[in-house]
Amino acid sequence: MKHKIAGGDFANAGNVASAVKKVLRQLNIDHQISKRVVISLYEAEVNVVAHAYSGVASIQIDEEKIDITITDSGPGIADIEKAMQEGFSTASPHVREMGFGAGMGLSNMKKNSDLMEISSIPDKGTVVRLVNYIKRNAA
Amino acid sequence: MIVRDIAGLIQGNIVCCAESESTEIEFAFASDLMSDVLTIEKDKLVLITGLSNLQVIRTSEMSDISCVIFARAKKVNNEIIALATEMNIALIESPYSVFRISGLLYEAGLKPVF
Repeated sequence: MKHKIAGGDFANAGNVASAVKKVLRQLNIDHQISKRVVISLYEAEVNVVAHAYSGVASIQIDEEKIDITITDSGPGIADIEKAMQEGFSTASPHVREMGFGAGMGLSNMKKNSDLMEISSIPDKGTVVRLVNYIKRNAA
Repeated sequence: MIVRDIAGLIQGNIVCCAESESTEIEFAFASDLMSDVLTIEKDKLVLITGLSNLQVIRTSEMSDISCVIFARAKKVNNEIIALATEMNIALIESPYSVFRISGLLYEAGLKPVF
């Protein structure tokens, strides 16, 4: 699955995570795993809306894992180590009014994924990969 | 405690939805910071907030939050109600402050998350 994400479009932020949540439910993925996937994806989606011009979320699901890559065109992240620290944020007042921009997004994405990779080129964009491994329901 | 009883304690008006009135709630969390809400792992949770926008509902959807209370007479718009209806999330408007709502619901037995 591939979904486009529009920068600045807060009315639609969460549409991708919502669509993925429905798919994971249909596939009968364990509730706790599904919750981790959608929360980390939603944080990533909000980051694209808040900081980038546009983005694409690519979602691959197989029997072992849910593998998501979010690629955006935007200002990028100059210092990833600093950006990963809780509390560090460059979000605008508008983003903060929406209830985000407290510098918790990246660390929350890391907490809710089994594997997180992030790379960025300033003035080009950022690529985030989020992987969660699946344990199938016994039923 | 169910949504209808919560609304009764805080002079709340259930704006969405009639079928959610019997939803069982066990925990409560008060915040205007959606990133903070997204760190919560509990289910059967009510969110008490002063923020009224679509992202409150999106955040609730991702976190499996069953009910949102909008404090200080914040009005929810039709867009918010439509999304909450689709996601089966109960919405309550209350004239009370976040502090007062929290106190009343804590006293009535809702559990804190942390």
